[in-house]
Amino acid sequence: MGFLDISHVSKAYGSVQVLHEVDISVEEGEFIVLVGPSGCGKSTLMNMIAGLEPITSGDISIRGQVMNGVHPSKRNIAMVFQSYALYPNMTVAQNMTFGLEMHGVPKAERDKLLADVAKLLQIDHLLARKPGHLSGGQRQRVAMGRALVRKPDVFLFDEPLSNLDAKLRVDMRTEIKKLHQKLGTTIVYVTHDQIEALTLSTRIAVMNKGYIQQLGTPKEIYDTPANLFVATFMGSPAMNILPATVKLRDGLAYAEISDVEGKPQLLQFSQANLASWDGKNVMLGIRPEAITDIDGADRKSKNIQRFSNLVTVTEPAGSDTFVTMTASGRDVVARMRADASVAARDRFEFAINMDKAVVFDPATEARIP
Amino acid sequence: MSVASQDTAVKTGGIAKVFIYLILILFALFYLLPLYVMLTNSLKPLSEITGGNMMSLPRDWTIEAWLSAWSTAQVGVSPTGLQPYFVNSILMVVPAVAISTVLGALNGYILTKWRFRGDTLLFGLMLFACFIPFQIVLIPMARILGLLGIAGTTQGLVLVHVVYGIGFSTLYFRNYYASFPTELVRAAMIDGAGFFRIFWRIMLPVSGPIAVVTIIWQFTNIWNDFLFGASFAGLSAMPMTVALNNLVNSSTGVREYNVHFAGAIMAALPTLLVYIVAGRFFVRGLMAGSVKG
Repeated sequence: MGFLDISHVSKAYGSVQVLHEVDISVEEGEFIVLVGPSGCGKSTLMNMIAGLEPITSGDISIRGQVMNGVHPSKRNIAMVFQSYALYPNMTVAQNMTFGLEMHGVPKAERDKLLADVAKLLQIDHLLARKPGHLSGGQRQRVAMGRALVRKPDVFLFDEPLSNLDAKLRVDMRTEIKKLHQKLGTTIVYVTHDQIEALTLSTRIAVMNKGYIQQLGTPKEIYDTPANLFVATFMGSPAMNILPATVKLRDGLAYAEISDVEGKPQLLQFSQANLASWDGKNVMLGIRPEAITDIDGADRKSKNIQRFSNLVTVTEPAGSDTFVTMTASGRDVVARMRADASVAARDRFEFAINMDKAVVFDPATEARIP
Repeated sequence: MSVASQDTAVKTGGIAKVFIYLILILFALFYLLPLYVMLTNSLKPLSEITGGNMMSLPRDWTIEAWLSAWSTAQVGVSPTGLQPYFVNSILMVVPAVAISTVLGALNGYILTKWRFRGDTLLFGLMLFACFIPFQIVLIPMARILGLLGIAGTTQGLVLVHVVYGIGFSTLYFRNYYASFPTELVRAAMIDGAGFFRIFWRIMLPVSGPIAVVTIIWQFTNIWNDFLFGASFAGLSAMPMTVALNNLVNSSTGVREYNVHFAGAIMAALPTLLVYIVAGRFFVRGLMAGSVKG
């Protein structure tokens, strides 16, 4: 029994099923991020936690109390909206205390709570202003302040950073993380940005087409994605997926992939249990940073495999250099040190860290453990 | 703003400009001519009108005709002037405008923020009310007013105008609220505000422009209505428009054109006043619905 329990929750609009039997159990103080492409059902799920959408079947409970059908204002939750949803006719102070006023909190106490939160978020000097006179970042803070004064059990964030410019987004991301560490509140956060998901969360639920694809810590999601969708959705640049054939040599499993000229080369698997896949096709997943030059290879890895291939393009990006090659008919991106000596159209000896490689069943798209 | 728009404005030469202004002024004069005739003739003694030129300015300026039209002229059978009917009109217009505007705002709020099955169909049916010709409903409406026991009264007229006004006021408010972010309503729900509290504290404070549009529209239509007034109002509830007609048609000897002119201006003044006071907001409100800020 968690702090916030979502069990067997489904949602259908008429005959269209948008959420299928979702199960998430959130512990107190967790930062859960729901991430997925648009239309995956993450916002619907959040609205159902908030009580803004009715639940078709299943239960949502907070602190052990079933919340189905309970009015949003009686769930002790607070929500930060994508558009901030600040009341345009009220000042910042009125915006932040409106909820308290509606819940019958006396004026003196409201003022005290307001002062505390305003100080915490450093918006004391903005209290008398109207939302129309605030910058994007300030509005964002006020929206968070409005949620904070209520001291809710669960905070719901609905893509709160997507309306900010790139730099401010990074700043506010850090800010939210700091706030969570300081207050230790339970947060459910919806985003389509996988970087936000990885940086902020204690656990991530990756969603697609109304299903939870994988629920786990950022490391689990990144290193051992449950299926091809999670593998390619999380991480930037995306994980390289190559068709490969498993070959057994002296009891050891190898992946056979071809270089740009179609010449097959063997990469030894780190996985021990691929014997039954001998001769079959699999999808090999390798993160860009697991493909480097030989000097830049991870020294802690026990299984670095060499792969010789032509370099198609190099893209220096300051801190890293992205190198593209063609293998097994697919474009493969490698992320190398900025000063790796590699040039386009040269044959280059790539070092592939097979400890970090994952294998997927091409039929079910699930990871082969 | 004005500096930037100078570059984009169409450039016209000096002669063209003179020509344009000339035409504009000509049309304005043409348009203002009836008003001029009414004003000047209402300020003349009757002998100057019957004996002289209708277009000339008064030689003897007098407000005699105005005083007569207001309080002593023969309207129908009694020499009361228009005064009591002016009061009737006010008593009818104010509640009718207020009620239809408030109901329209509530309808718009519900149709956009508390959606339910069949709401668009319902809205479509309400829109239909804007297009039903008045003549069609005269007899059924008379029957209903009779059944309700308010036939011939001011309350009866208020009811008729409210029923007819709701279609338009709902249309205005619905379209205005459609561009109002629903997230705000959701935020207020989570904050614990109920149906009416959200309406009162969140929606109404930002409804100024569209409220002005609705009020002007309703006020003008209801004040200027003649058909319903003539059909449903008894003697005690007769509105200004009907009384004006009676004033002009009550012939006890000579036709007092100056009094008729004065009466007509009186009947038109309130709507003019509303336009002058709130006209600025009228345009702003019309724009607010179409162009999303």
